[in-house]
Amino acid sequence: MSEDILNALVIVSNYILVPGLAYGSQLALGALGITLVYAVLRFSNFAHGDSMAFGTMFTILGTTWLQSKGVSLGPLPTALLALPFGIIAAILLCLIMDKLVYQHYRRQKSTPVMFVIASVGVMFITNGLVRFIIGPGDRSFSDGERFIIKAREFKRMYGLNEGLSIKMTQGLTFVIAIICMALLFWFLQRTKTGKSMRAYSDNEDLALLSGINPQRVVFITWVIVGALIAIAGVLYGLDKSFKPFTYFQLLLPMFAAAIVGGIGNPLGAVLGGFVIAFSEIAITYAYRKFLIYLLPEQYEPNGLMQLLTTDYKFAVSFMILVAVLIWRPTGLLRGKSI
Amino acid sequence: MGANVKTILTFGIMAVMLSAVGIMQSWSLALAITNMCLISAVMALGVNIQWGYAGLFNVGIMGFTALGGVAAVLVSVSPVGGAWQAGGLGILASLAIALATIATIVFIRSKLPPSRSRSWILFFVFVAGIAIVRWQYAPAVLAIEKFEPAQTGFLGGLGLPIIFSWFVGGLFAAGAAWLIGKIALGLRSDYLAIATLGISEIIIAMIKNEDWLTRGVKNVSGLSRPVPYEVNLQSSPWFHDLVEKVGGSSLPTETLARQQALQQMVIESSSIFVKLCYTGLFVIVLCLLLWLAHRAQKAPWGRMMRGIRDNEDAANAMGKNVTKRHLQVFVLGSAVVGIAGAMMTTLDGQFTPGTYQPLRYTFLVWVMVIVGGSGNNLGSVLGAFIIWFFWIEAEPLGQWFISFITSGMAADSALKLHLIESAAHMRLIFMGVILLMVLRFSPHGLLPEQIRR
Repeated sequence: MSEDILNALVIVSNYILVPGLAYGSQLALGALGITLVYAVLRFSNFAHGDSMAFGTMFTILGTTWLQSKGVSLGPLPTALLALPFGIIAAILLCLIMDKLVYQHYRRQKSTPVMFVIASVGVMFITNGLVRFIIGPGDRSFSDGERFIIKAREFKRMYGLNEGLSIKMTQGLTFVIAIICMALLFWFLQRTKTGKSMRAYSDNEDLALLSGINPQRVVFITWVIVGALIAIAGVLYGLDKSFKPFTYFQLLLPMFAAAIVGGIGNPLGAVLGGFVIAFSEIAITYAYRKFLIYLLPEQYEPNGLMQLLTTDYKFAVSFMILVAVLIWRPTGLLRGKSI
Repeated sequence: MGANVKTILTFGIMAVMLSAVGIMQSWSLALAITNMCLISAVMALGVNIQWGYAGLFNVGIMGFTALGGVAAVLVSVSPVGGAWQAGGLGILASLAIALATIATIVFIRSKLPPSRSRSWILFFVFVAGIAIVRWQYAPAVLAIEKFEPAQTGFLGGLGLPIIFSWFVGGLFAAGAAWLIGKIALGLRSDYLAIATLGISEIIIAMIKNEDWLTRGVKNVSGLSRPVPYEVNLQSSPWFHDLVEKVGGSSLPTETLARQQALQQMVIESSSIFVKLCYTGLFVIVLCLLLWLAHRAQKAPWGRMMRGIRDNEDAANAMGKNVTKRHLQVFVLGSAVVGIAGAMMTTLDGQFTPGTYQPLRYTFLVWVMVIVGGSGNNLGSVLGAFIIWFFWIEAEPLGQWFISFITSGMAADSALKLHLIESAAHMRLIFMGVILLMVLRFSPHGLLPEQIRR
């Protein structure tokens, strides 16, 4: 009996907990970028998903180049070494687009919706560039060791029917995401520049009055956002695979994460990322095997015991978004009020 | 008056460009582009009604377009008797139970005062309703999808002429818009954008996966047409006579050669004739909608909408119910988009849910509206013509551009081959650049809104 419970727990960890932590970290990093742009530049950046694809693309190109030189990181994916290429490319993209596009509207003090439409233009260009350079196809660029824990070894070690496997990319995603978040929060809370960013986001006029240089704040924000964009994109691509259209579609869960957590609030973006990821996975998971372990034999379920098929995963993030907007419009952690 | 001259001039240039395609490439292509331009114009009109009149930022155009396509299928395909027998009753029953559940929830909400116990009762009714619906729905769907899955596997439609679907498509989109508007219209502009983006993805996911309704990704092809078929035209004597009367002078005089040349000409003109029939139908719909939209904009209703758009608080203070007006204009605009969606599926002759992509069906329409001039109906029509024209013609243009750049490279250079291969993706970059240029240097579009005082 107790073994059944253990098996059920292993199933939950294997199919919900571990993938949820990895996917949640990726969403959280993406949502952090969205929320920072919103907090400092005050608009919803529709080009975010495609910028992620842009940064990832340069990492992939760098990875291919490094592999052709025979460089590798042993058990870790080579893409980690190539990550700086992606980060620099994404930062440059953000800064150039800011200079060419957004700066004008900032000077004009345009309405947020004008920024959003401009970001749609940036989205078209970025998307076109990615497809032009690397093509619209699916590609996987992960190498090195595939697993940290293999299901078969886990079963042998603990003598259970069910195995737990943790992919290298899942472990890496989680660790890197935690490091990035820690660095970001340290930067925002402890450094003078971070404090000036928060001040600018909180009250622009007051910040200007106390001598904060707005251009510098905007510059720093895009640098951070560019780095987050590239890291989130590369981690997602390593864990699943790289396809420009999938990155565009990530826009919805990332926005949902940022809004659910409270848009403009970095801590909220992290919370929102995990909320969205876990609900998406938990609602589209088929619980049949899990219930077979837990229920007495005569109650064994016939169906898959799946609330929604995985095709409807967008519906999950959307429903959570709507529920939060109706009952708690400022998000779970209080974000910028409406 | 300057504005009128500009309108005539820009539309004239557009006509010249389309004719140039006709002369330099082929008239069949020129008409094909024109037809899609007309459909895009209806879509852009719908978006302009929402954005230009009322300032609503809807990025769920794709979903409403697809709903129009669903209408085309459900109206025109003949009903599949076997599938109805297999699971029609179950589907109807689950639909009835779903409606009854909603009615119960609405009834309880209106009768009981808000309290914790009411929330629990509502929650319980909701969960029980879903459970009963699924109990009826799942076996019915299985039975329907098992019925001749290679040919049908869905319930089919009503078997009516497809032209009715243009109206029904508008109704479908309006119904969906009402539901969505009830949930999302209270939100701030960028939240509305995210919400509509999500809903359009959900609509597409449903169409792709609910095979019993629309065959999903298995597609429905061979939809009936509102216009004659080429084969029938080629075998009908009156069409031969017509072709001979119009183009007879250019034919050779010798009998045998004349016969052959005429036969060739009949085949070519039959496809042009069919496209012209579509063009005629689309022009009628576009003109009708334009006239209605124009009347609405000029009427007090249009002035009220502009008032709400420009200053919500002031309009509210004047006693205008902003949320209600927003809902109204959201429904109207979405209905127009739904009509366009049904028209497009009619023109294609098939419904392929896999081809709906937000970049093409949502954001491209937005580029049309912004480039043409938001708030100006003729402007959005012009924008639709220009943008669709370039969307199609960007491919040859991009090829030309790339071969120009790469002309100095070696013929077998990998870079050159890659560039030529991906030239098709240049059009996305073109579109982005056009949008940003117009937004920056002519933010009111090519034909700006004309405010009548």
